[in-house]
Amino acid sequence: MATAEVERKRGQLAALSIAVVVVLVGVPLWWRTTETYRAWLPVNQINELAELQLQLSVDVEVVFSRGTLMPEQQKKVPFTRTQEEAQKVDDDTTLRYRYESKYRTANIMEEDALKQPTAAEADLSLHTLSASPCGSVVVYVIPETSVLLPQGVDVYIGHRRTAVLRMGAPMSVGKNHKQLLAHLEPRITQVVQVMSFSHTDITAALSDRVRLSPGSKESLADSMRSFKSSPGYEITFSLLNPDPKSHRLDWDIEGAVHSYIQPLLTKLAPLANFSIDSQILYYAMLGVNPRFDSSLEAYTLNADSLAHVINPVEARLGSNAASSNPVLNFLLYVPDAHHSPLYIHDHQKQPVASNAFHSPRWGGIMVYNVNDLYGRGETPLPVNININMEKVMGVFLAQLRLMLGVQSSPAPPGFLVEPCGGAGLADWELDRLMWSRTVENVATATTTITSLAQLLDQIGNILCSLSFAGSVNLFHYINNKLGTVTSLQLAVAELEAGNLGFALQYSKEAILASERAFFDPSLLHLLYFPDDQKFAIYIPLFLPMCVPILLSLIKIASEARQRRKLKQSKKD
Amino acid sequence: MAIRRLKHTRTHAHACMLQTPLDDFQEELVIRPLHSGDIYASFQFRTVWDADFMGDQKVSHYRLFPKSLGQVITKFSVRELHISFTQGYWRTMQWGQPYLPSPPGAELWVWFQDTVTDVDGTWKELTNVLSGIFCASLNFIDSTNTVQPSASFKPLGIGNVTDHSFLRYATLPREIVCTENLTPWKKLLPCGSKAGLSVLLKSEKLFHSTFHSQAVHVRPVCQDPQCRTTSMELRQTLNVVFDLHTSGQGKREWSLFKMFSRTLTEACPLASSSKVYVDVTDNPQFELSPATPLLTQAVVLGDRRTYSVYDLTQQASFGSSRSLNMLLRWKAADGEMLRPLLHSERYVAGYGLQAGEIHTLIYNHHPYRAFPVLLLSAVPWYLRLYIHTLTVSSKGKDNRPSYIHYQPSKDRERPHLLEMLLQLPPNSVTEVTVEFERALLKWTEYTPDPNHGFYVGSSVISALVPSVVAMDTNSTLDRPLFSSFFPCKEEASYFMRVYTEPLLVNLPTPDFSMPYNVICLTCTVVAVGYGSLYNLLTRTFQVDEPSPGLAKRIANVIRRFRGVPLL
Repeated sequence: MATAEVERKRGQLAALSIAVVVVLVGVPLWWRTTETYRAWLPVNQINELAELQLQLSVDVEVVFSRGTLMPEQQKKVPFTRTQEEAQKVDDDTTLRYRYESKYRTANIMEEDALKQPTAAEADLSLHTLSASPCGSVVVYVIPETSVLLPQGVDVYIGHRRTAVLRMGAPMSVGKNHKQLLAHLEPRITQVVQVMSFSHTDITAALSDRVRLSPGSKESLADSMRSFKSSPGYEITFSLLNPDPKSHRLDWDIEGAVHSYIQPLLTKLAPLANFSIDSQILYYAMLGVNPRFDSSLEAYTLNADSLAHVINPVEARLGSNAASSNPVLNFLLYVPDAHHSPLYIHDHQKQPVASNAFHSPRWGGIMVYNVNDLYGRGETPLPVNININMEKVMGVFLAQLRLMLGVQSSPAPPGFLVEPCGGAGLADWELDRLMWSRTVENVATATTTITSLAQLLDQIGNILCSLSFAGSVNLFHYINNKLGTVTSLQLAVAELEAGNLGFALQYSKEAILASERAFFDPSLLHLLYFPDDQKFAIYIPLFLPMCVPILLSLIKIASEARQRRKLKQSKKD
Repeated sequence: MAIRRLKHTRTHAHACMLQTPLDDFQEELVIRPLHSGDIYASFQFRTVWDADFMGDQKVSHYRLFPKSLGQVITKFSVRELHISFTQGYWRTMQWGQPYLPSPPGAELWVWFQDTVTDVDGTWKELTNVLSGIFCASLNFIDSTNTVQPSASFKPLGIGNVTDHSFLRYATLPREIVCTENLTPWKKLLPCGSKAGLSVLLKSEKLFHSTFHSQAVHVRPVCQDPQCRTTSMELRQTLNVVFDLHTSGQGKREWSLFKMFSRTLTEACPLASSSKVYVDVTDNPQFELSPATPLLTQAVVLGDRRTYSVYDLTQQASFGSSRSLNMLLRWKAADGEMLRPLLHSERYVAGYGLQAGEIHTLIYNHHPYRAFPVLLLSAVPWYLRLYIHTLTVSSKGKDNRPSYIHYQPSKDRERPHLLEMLLQLPPNSVTEVTVEFERALLKWTEYTPDPNHGFYVGSSVISALVPSVVAMDTNSTLDRPLFSSFFPCKEEASYFMRVYTEPLLVNLPTPDFSMPYNVICLTCTVVAVGYGSLYNLLTRTFQVDEPSPGLAKRIANVIRRFRGVPLL
């Protein structure tokens, strides 16, 4: 009997050792060989970015002209002050605004410049004296009695990065240094908010990240009108000719683009690359039949039906096959002799002055009536028509500004904002746009990269190749490009330092890299490997191997339990 | 055209600060009754734009030229682009020569400008973009089906580029052409399908035909006789053959309405010329109504043909019914067709799934003239050509090619390219044979229906064929004697391209459930071996009393009943 017992023990030991070998060698081997490749990703840094803490710094220079400071105040000048303001947008987004103000007195040349007869000339000559860097603001404080600004105007904002501020009455300012600052600071902040950024702008730019509190409908519509930030835009002008038998259209689009659109785009060059093209489409119809209004003797398009106008036309516009940037479409529709004049009516049934409308994040359409050129039925068709581009481009330029987000928000009372001139865009307007675009880019890139990280975390099947990891992390080995995380960190750091130009540059790179990472084709290689196929392959091997091991383990365990029971009962 | 130009110069005088490049659009339809009773209709739409695509300045303001194509040409620095989509095979022996030959499936060949540095990368991107524009599977063009012909495809536009490293040629013989390819093609026309000849292009009729081919050709052409500046020419062509029996109900009677289920009512208002030609050379075999007084003669493909012309820009062409529906009615059933001088056949010979032989037969039907042809064949890498078995023979004699360009294939990288210059003796058949071995593919490289076979694209034969006009030296019909002594005339020969049939080759195809079967079988074997080993190791073995046999047990039961002692 003893030999049988020894034999049983040996069998048990053998079963146990096989189980141990399977667990210690087999399982890790299987695990390692079937694992999907995951390159190293900076998960910690991505998680840090998920909690976005942005600090925006503006350099403000405040220059006192002669006659604005009391003698004892003058002794303290120059000095610097830093103001900080923190805003918590939501649980993982915090914004801090930092205004670094430098106070000094005006030098002789600036004094001379401020003696110019009008504010616009003063603005120009002040600009020639010093070129302030991108993103900074210079505020000149002039005495109450100065005639530079017209009556009732306290603040003047020119084309550049300078503003002229009228000092309040001396009594209200007070003699003390502290009183002076208390008087000036809120007003300077107001000027800076107009010229660089305000909290509403920045939160609107963060809309990709932060779910906006249901505010007013209008502000929502405003924020949804302009295009999302993108490294490039394609602008397409299309002339729609519904009936070439009725008229032949000629437009000098090349000249018009050159003289109306190009100056604005040249100014906007740091923001994005723009490319312009134009086409003429024949037999392009609107999607709705305009109604004939006999009281006006004209055809009308109601505001409600405008939504249906675009779709059939869009099929003809053709996408740009050569790039993947968003397209801004501007359509000029010239109704034919039998359907003109055509007027667009708004919701109050009133004709729209420009006879044009725009569609958010898509573009604009303008109707150009030429019925007065047809004569009285004698002229043989087709009629040759030359389009007045000045009229057309005025409308399109305004729509383009809206689409690009160059918003002229209403200035606070007492502010005089110089209307934009030939360039179509003031320097500070460009700065405003750059601030919000940088923040938007950073927000978009962080959301992209964090959601990508989450996705990788959730779906284990996704392959992570080296090139993909490159566009996520630090350095893109192949193209010598910065990865998303590095560019994001650099962009945030530059924003903190107040270098707006560099911050925008890095934020653009971050967006590009994050898109590249998100759409990396190697991610999909193993994504759709179905589980049932895996089991179909594993079961024929694993089932016959594991069942005996499991059974013998169960048997050993139950025997051990019985023996313990037996021992206990013996003790008892 | 002249009027348009005048108009343009006038506007130019008005706004002389920036000159708008001139553009011009023409449309044309040629109808040729075929001897078999089928009918051949060939559309051509031509847009010429005096814009310099090859200069430094970007072209971005489009008028008649389609923007989507222009952008592609600009972005990828394309000098010439030729793309065709064809459904069906052109039967040269029955139908004669087509105006524009094309191989079955899709064909794309592009000359890039010499400023392009990475030609292969640009080609890859270009094919992807074009596949988007034409809704075709051109994105399947990769290095395994792209070749660089050294002699067969010379630029058709101006410019004497000889460096064939800027040329890429690819065919997709498997491509199926249908409505989704026609719609984007029609979108490129200035008048769309709204006016002019393009109203006839309705897909339900066009694709109910034996042969359908649509193509886009972009090339630079001379702007003026001195050729100082170049224009870009876009030619969109569509060729279709309607079958006598399926479309014509067996009656030798054709009309525009019967062919296209539409009639013509107007010209495209943007076209400077809009004409319909009907080939009436074989009249009086058939009659044409309404009759047109306009006749024109042209030497087409080496043959002098007569055409009736309907000018759609003239109101008179439409008659009182305001629509043009010309009718062709045959009087005699059969005529004699001039045999095409050059045609070819190709087939795969051999048995089994290991080796085979490609035969290409090239026929020269000219009674007394020999002429050279260039033969190009691109064979995929999975047919491994044995180039040492290449034989060329005509009239039973060895025919040594005067030029051979052979580029061997690389597995999964590039195809075989074989180009030869052959002299075809008069009235002969030249046979080119080469043996090949079928390669085994990896199981992911097979197409979804591998038992259908694998296509090998058409071979291309390019030749300067002696003209038929030059052939009839005996005829002194209407020519003065002094003009007909030397057989060579200005139209002595013409350029022609003939495409052979694509080949369908069966490759050894595995059973695709085999990997799973193998896995199951191996696992079972392993599991059985492992199981017995496991049993041996873990079980305890004891000597047991052998149990009594069945007979003994039954006997014992009976004995118990009887009360007899057990065994």
